[in-house]
Amino acid sequence: MFRKLALIVTLFLFVAFNANAGSDGELILKKNQPNEVKDCFENLNRATFAFNQALDGILFQPVASAYRVLPSPIKTGVSNSLDNLTTLITIPNNILQGELKKAGVNSGRFVINTTVGILGFVDVAQHLGFPEYEKEDYGQSLATMGVGPGCYLVLPVLGPSTVRDTSASIVSLVGGDAWYNITVTNDTQHFSDFDYYASRVTSGIDFRAKNYDAIENLEKNSIDFYASVKSLYLQDRQQKILNTNKIIETQDDSDWEEIETQ
Amino acid sequence: MKIKKFLLVLFFYTLAFTNSYSLEPDVFVQSTVNRASNVLSKDISKDEKINELKVIAKETVDIRGVGFYSLGSARKNLDQNQKIKYSKLFESYFLKSFSSRLAEYTNPEIEVQGKEVLNKNYTIVNSLLVGTSDRPEVKIDWRIYTKNPDNPLIRDLIIEGLSLARTQKEEFSSILNSNDGDINILFKTLEEFSNN
Repeated sequence: MFRKLALIVTLFLFVAFNANAGSDGELILKKNQPNEVKDCFENLNRATFAFNQALDGILFQPVASAYRVLPSPIKTGVSNSLDNLTTLITIPNNILQGELKKAGVNSGRFVINTTVGILGFVDVAQHLGFPEYEKEDYGQSLATMGVGPGCYLVLPVLGPSTVRDTSASIVSLVGGDAWYNITVTNDTQHFSDFDYYASRVTSGIDFRAKNYDAIENLEKNSIDFYASVKSLYLQDRQQKILNTNKIIETQDDSDWEEIETQ
Repeated sequence: MKIKKFLLVLFFYTLAFTNSYSLEPDVFVQSTVNRASNVLSKDISKDEKINELKVIAKETVDIRGVGFYSLGSARKNLDQNQKIKYSKLFESYFLKSFSSRLAEYTNPEIEVQGKEVLNKNYTIVNSLLVGTSDRPEVKIDWRIYTKNPDNPLIRDLIIEGLSLARTQKEEFSSILNSNDGDINILFKTLEEFSNN
């Protein structure tokens, strides 16, 4: 366990010190601008994207469509439980980003929701007035340390990512995700591999169901669906890294300024 | 008596024409949303809804501005004829895309919650699309172009922090990049979308 922890810390320090950049907000913003992220493997990415779309049509879309008809309290409960599991990745990343207060709040959230909230099914912490939950992951932590996103990637089944985010997700598999540790890595006799993979698949279906109309609508009205998804994914990552949903802080106004129509 | 009446008429006439009321961006957004909501809740066919939504979009969106923004730096290389052609093609594309997207919603309830003045040209209006059993609540910010305060216009919709104008710009950029910057390919793509 300590070896794994040491490995994670070493990996992060190594990457962070080799970032050749300060973690200044403006620099992070610039590095993560969607139009700054290169699509080095575009042909391969487009092929993988087409494969994912086919898989979506065969599997995720029909299942998400059926999932949508479940009663709202069940869908909300499942979504809450999945969010609760992600807290186990968020807490170490709060610490890595120096957000110790948030780490404390999220630890409290996890304990309350797992116990009183029946394995996270009910978001009791929200009812108690806890601040809105913000997910964090190892890719976001690397970004706040000044590591750029690298090239854009489309992963089979998992979808859009970047070289940085894909590399960072390996940390979850070498001890950085407590849920993975107690299900897949260690034989705890209470959980099995199935629990982990079932939670990941359910998470994908939950995401697809929540965004069902939006995705269908986007696909129907896009002239280049691949480019639209790429843009939306990279904008979303930029927001998450900066922990903001205010576009006014992230959009370059100068491009608008020169367009005079009045 | 006649002079008194004449002076009274003159007074109101002058009052009416000297007071030019600027339309507050948040009031403008709420009224636009209400107009769209009325159309969507009407018992008419989808095609009729689309046509009525197009009329609203033409009046409230700076389609020409959004079009040139979407083109990015490529707009600097267009000659006058290409600009005119592009503006026409973009308007057809935008109206079809925008109204088709909106027509999918039935009676959306949007609450305007506040505004932030960025500068004299731009105000961001914050609103919330109220959640239903089928979809979660969605934050929508509106980038309003206020250079002419009497005639504010929508330039962007920012849904949960994701800008539609920016997405469109990157979509157009991708088409241009994949075709050696050939603007005619983009024209053809827009035309095909509008005609389908």
